Amino acid sequence: MHAPGPEAKKRLLRLRVNGRWREDAVSETALLVDYLREVAHLTGTKTGCDGGECGACTVLVDGEAVPSCITLAVRCEGRSVETIEALATQGRLGRLQRAFHEKLGAQCGFCTPGMIMAAEALLRHNPQPTDDEIRAALSGNLCRCTGYVKIIESVKAATETVHDR
Amino acid sequence: MSAPLPQFRLAAPRTVTEAVAAYRDHPGSRFIAGGTDLLVNMRRGIGNPTYLVDLSGIDELAEIRITDDGVTIGAGVTIAALAQNDVIVARYRALAQAAAAIAGPGHRTMGTVGGNLCLDTRCIYYNQSEWWRSANAYCLKNRGDSCHVAPQGQRCHAAFCGDVAPALLALGAEIDISGTRGTRRIFLSQLYVEDGKAHLALADGELVTAVHLPPDPPASAYAKIRTRAAIDFPLAGVAVALETSGADIVSLRLALTGTNSRPFLLAGTEAFAGRCIDDKLLNEVDRLVQKQVQPMRTTITSANYRRVAAAALARRLITTLGTAGAA
Repeated sequence: MHAPGPEAKKRLLRLRVNGRWREDAVSETALLVDYLREVAHLTGTKTGCDGGECGACTVLVDGEAVPSCITLAVRCEGRSVETIEALATQGRLGRLQRAFHEKLGAQCGFCTPGMIMAAEALLRHNPQPTDDEIRAALSGNLCRCTGYVKIIESVKAATETVHDR
Repeated sequence: MSAPLPQFRLAAPRTVTEAVAAYRDHPGSRFIAGGTDLLVNMRRGIGNPTYLVDLSGIDELAEIRITDDGVTIGAGVTIAALAQNDVIVARYRALAQAAAAIAGPGHRTMGTVGGNLCLDTRCIYYNQSEWWRSANAYCLKNRGDSCHVAPQGQRCHAAFCGDVAPALLALGAEIDISGTRGTRRIFLSQLYVEDGKAHLALADGELVTAVHLPPDPPASAYAKIRTRAAIDFPLAGVAVALETSGADIVSLRLALTGTNSRPFLLAGTEAFAGRCIDDKLLNEVDRLVQKQVQPMRTTITSANYRRVAAAALARRLITTLGTAGAA
């Protein structure tokens, strides 16, 4: 598929994943989503379109929601990466996870980790968003099952449980 | 595993000088800013840089400076930062609207002003997987011999789809360029060439470092059409900068994207100075737009629809700005 190029070099990548610092030898050509799934074994983050168009791979980098399938892992040196696995603490679902569960915001569930991480970034900046603000924040995330109504309702429901996470 | 990227080395310069030197020292280099378009293309086997010069760690590129002489926007400023800047939102409205309408929120967080200005042109025969393109004998833009959109023609018709450029063109922007031969400043309009395969007038190893906007801009606005209201690139985009005195037009500048291989300023709008905004004028603008845009079958939407829609956007923006100015 590709003409042979120079051998990509591995470098030591130091970053914080879900609150814990870790160091791994990572190829310069590795994508963040592959690093998270294959090296850190955090398979909650999904690869959907594989081209930055669907948002299923959304994670937080320094608190901002970004598609991890178009992010080079080595560009996260020294930064804080958060995935869906960070939201449940000691077996208890986070407020967005619980809201998606209770309000039926997930159907097949494949887009859900990305939806929740995009919503998590929104709620940290803006704890009481309007429906339009929720729609704008999730506009980079595609769902092929639910039609979005239940997803918006789920995020809305999560804003009403402000006491934990 | 995701579709693998081709093998490459990555440099992380801290200054523009280091970036230019890194590029010069490694044949087969590409500059990478946000990477939201470049990495997707690379994974589809388009282009095969063996060395990427990462511009994201260069602090001097990431500033917006506001002075009496106008606004200077570093090429590394993210689209999200541009869309949220108070001065840009208040005074250079077309630019803020264009930035806010780019792709989705995640892309805006990563993408940059320089990246959007130098965005690769797009076409349904080009932005496809390696498998798809090879099954279709490739195309003129990449590895092929003829343009599937216009097989009789000699050039590539892929369309430029950046949103920031038309807003900056309408607002009269200049840009700084750095390369091995030093720096130069040109009008943004001089950056672009009507050729989908080579649409940027940059020498090998040159990069755009900053955008300059004059102070006291006229009222401006940007609008575009696309299949979905987020993520998608524009099928047509229009920026208008309108200065009025009472009901009369002092100056009208209109720039377009998504329809040609380059973003361009509509020619012939000087003649509207002194006129008022009425149906006659709007019809004349409509005709000018429809005559000068050259949409081809580079998208799933028909060329004629994009032509008519571009003209409709132009009419709508001028009417809205005219009404706001008269109020």
